[in-house]
Amino acid sequence: MDIVSNQQRKKIHPRKFTMWVAIASIIMMFAGLTSAYIVKSNQAAWQEIELPKIFWGSTIVILVSSLTMQIALRSFKQREMRQYRVFIASTFLLGSVFIIFQCIGFLQLWEQQQVTLKGSGAGQFLYVIFGLHVLHVFGGVIALLVMFTRAFFGKIKMYSPVPVELAATYWHFVDALWIYLLIFFLWVR
Amino acid sequence: MDAMNAHAEAIMTHEVHYDEHQAHHHNQSFISKYIFSQDHKTIAKQFLITGIIWAMIGGLFSVLFRLQLGFPGQSFPILETIFGKWAPGGEIKPEFYYALITMHGTILVFFVLTAGLSGTFANLLIPLQAGARDMASPFLNMLSYWFFFLASIVMLSSLFIQTGPAAGGWTVYPPLSALHTASIGSELGMDLWIVSMALFVVSSLLGGINYISTILNMRTKGMSMTRLPLTIWAVFFTAVLGVLSFPVLLSGLILLLFDRNLGTSFYLSDIVVNGQIMPNEGGSAILFQHLFWFLGHPEVYIIILPTMGIVSEIISINSRKPIFGYMAMVGSLFAICTLAFLVWAHHMFVTGMNPLLGSIFVLLTLLIAVPSAIKTFNWLTTMWRGNIRFTPAMLFSIGFVSMFISGGLTGIFVGNSTLDIQLHDTMFVVAHFHIVMGVSAFFGMFAGLYHWFPKMFGRYLNTTLGYIHFWVTLIGAYLIFWPMHYEGLAGMPRRYLDKSPWVSFSQFGDLDRMITIVSIIVYAVQLMFVFNFFYSIFKGRKVTTQNPWKANTLEWTTPIRPGHGNWPGEIPEVHRWPYDYSKDGRDFIPQTEPVGANESNEH
Ligand code: HEM
Ligand SMILES: [Cu+2]
Repeated sequence: MDIVSNQQRKKIHPRKFTMWVAIASIIMMFAGLTSAYIVKSNQAAWQEIELPKIFWGSTIVILVSSLTMQIALRSFKQREMRQYRVFIASTFLLGSVFIIFQCIGFLQLWEQQQVTLKGSGAGQFLYVIFGLHVLHVFGGVIALLVMFTRAFFGKIKMYSPVPVELAATYWHFVDALWIYLLIFFLWVR
Repeated sequence: MDAMNAHAEAIMTHEVHYDEHQAHHHNQSFISKYIFSQDHKTIAKQFLITGIIWAMIGGLFSVLFRLQLGFPGQSFPILETIFGKWAPGGEIKPEFYYALITMHGTILVFFVLTAGLSGTFANLLIPLQAGARDMASPFLNMLSYWFFFLASIVMLSSLFIQTGPAAGGWTVYPPLSALHTASIGSELGMDLWIVSMALFVVSSLLGGINYISTILNMRTKGMSMTRLPLTIWAVFFTAVLGVLSFPVLLSGLILLLFDRNLGTSFYLSDIVVNGQIMPNEGGSAILFQHLFWFLGHPEVYIIILPTMGIVSEIISINSRKPIFGYMAMVGSLFAICTLAFLVWAHHMFVTGMNPLLGSIFVLLTLLIAVPSAIKTFNWLTTMWRGNIRFTPAMLFSIGFVSMFISGGLTGIFVGNSTLDIQLHDTMFVVAHFHIVMGVSAFFGMFAGLYHWFPKMFGRYLNTTLGYIHFWVTLIGAYLIFWPMHYEGLAGMPRRYLDKSPWVSFSQFGDLDRMITIVSIIVYAVQLMFVFNFFYSIFKGRKVTTQNPWKANTLEWTTPIRPGHGNWPGEIPEVHRWPYDYSKDGRDFIPQTEPVGANESNEH
């Protein structure tokens, strides 16, 4: 049952507000992990790693996907549904590519630099932290998949922009989170 | 922002929901009404009843290990009958003892006093007292319960496996929790503990996010934040604490899971188990303690804040006086909530912390005494020269204040890092936190139950049994926990199953026996309460008036047994704060009554 209609103009929509609170809690989880990283990196037997280059590729991919997401949202609001479909589909594809790139990155680290799960250095933290990030991206990709199927095959017409706005907010968030994590891993040594 | 406009809109959106709801009211099946219900009132009852079941289990465990503590070496054949290989010859095995205390702590802290308490009162009261048809997202709210249910099933199942449940203490410190071979309780039981707690975290996040969103967005017309009852403020800050600290526990547990099962050593280094050197290198067990207590300390306030709200409300109603210092109450809730994030390391004073850092944490810790004292002062002044009605709810509230003072004072002892060198991990700490958190929170919860039972079930709890319940529990709790201070000051360690080898503690033998006997009595009286609870649901005295306690808040403007949507007509508008008791010669003025032309100004 839907309690909230989109009649609330000035006040922030409860769903969106809920999303922001959820984002705050995800931030705390990564804050916990990166603090743990800082604490550990100052202790003995800390092992550095070389970040695989492909992570730069995935950075570009996710940045572009934020852009396509934003265009999709704008198109939806202007009711340009053809354009909306194209861009929501591209965001979905870019998101999937991001996940693939991340997995390739993990594999490269594992095989080329022989960083396994033994130990507790930057590499092991990377698997956990980037891994959890990818899971969050994966959740977003699933949401995009739902919107994408609805846009292409849905029988019911969607007018409320709220679901698209929610997806966009979340998507930009996982993007920003990735940028933070990347800078963090480059910075804290 | 145009507040009026926003409120008007909120009302409209409520109506949308309500109409829609009316439409499918008739064909609601048993399953959607009682099991997968999205009605906040039903979800509250689900949390409550699950919590009660857990409390009986967790409480029983404490009686069992008290038997061991009070009568070490003595055989109780019944134990072998019930627990078989865990109590051969009627004597509790050491492994079983550790499993019992671990499960006791986990169950009572998380499953009863977090989920059972917040889940019940936040769900019940937020929509009813803030004036909403339901939560912002009834669906997420339902999910929140079912995640809790799943967590419960997983934790419960760990009690029945071959190697038994987790047994490293409710704080699950590594290395005990991180190595399968470290003890029998570190086997599968520990994995189930982690999985269960992960589900639990999801449940409390879903709940908390919803509570915050509802309180900030769905209040009825005229219900500004400063007209909210203190119960709502309290569950609001509780939810904020939970949403910001549970995720950190989750990250700590994820790392723990990696260490246990995938070979990393985030928490492990230089360990020898049974003469065998472990390969783990470079980890830090202290890291886990930081991550754990970053949740762990806010957690104790997640437990106590809701009861502070409940008690504030009940004391004001039953003293027939406005709450003293409403804004100070809100402000001190805020201060406690903020400070709660800045003091976690007071649980780690003896881990070799830098003394300067230690003293900063001492300072921040002792600062909490200020807002705590403000609240206590305000409860006392609210009662001062009031026209007190000693209902069971009121008695439990007064008991809460008494317990909170007693336990808060010992907080000042352990909050000093120097004193804590002596007191850490002794029975003193056990006394401190059981009084200030365990018993206090239970008193607040009982107060809330006696008070809002009529709203939940349309009947009263039996009052006579209520009085017996209160007096036995109050006296019993002091008899149980007060002497533990002396034991702790003398250096008696906590979590040890047999202290008889120490000659210096033999003086406490009788004391320990007394404590055990009283615990059994107190536990029996709690069972009496549970009987009262279930009996009264079906056979209790019926509520015949809409507002039995003559209270001002909105939940008493609903029908005696409100349906889904709470108010049959429109949601009432609010014109005043909730504490106009004994004002202008009137006993009470409900929030829905417009301010009169010549009404005096003072609250
Ligand atoms: C004036 C206020 C308080 C101060 C200064 C304070 C301080 C402390 C300190 C320093 C410890 C650690 C003792 C040790 O392990 O050596 C502790 C333990 C504890 N406190 Fe408090 N406390 C206060 C109030 C509270 C309140 C209000 C609650 C709960 C509602 C609470 C719950 C606990 C719990 C559960 C533990 C033990 C955790 C464990 O080790 O298992 N405290 N307190
Ligand atoms: Cu603490």
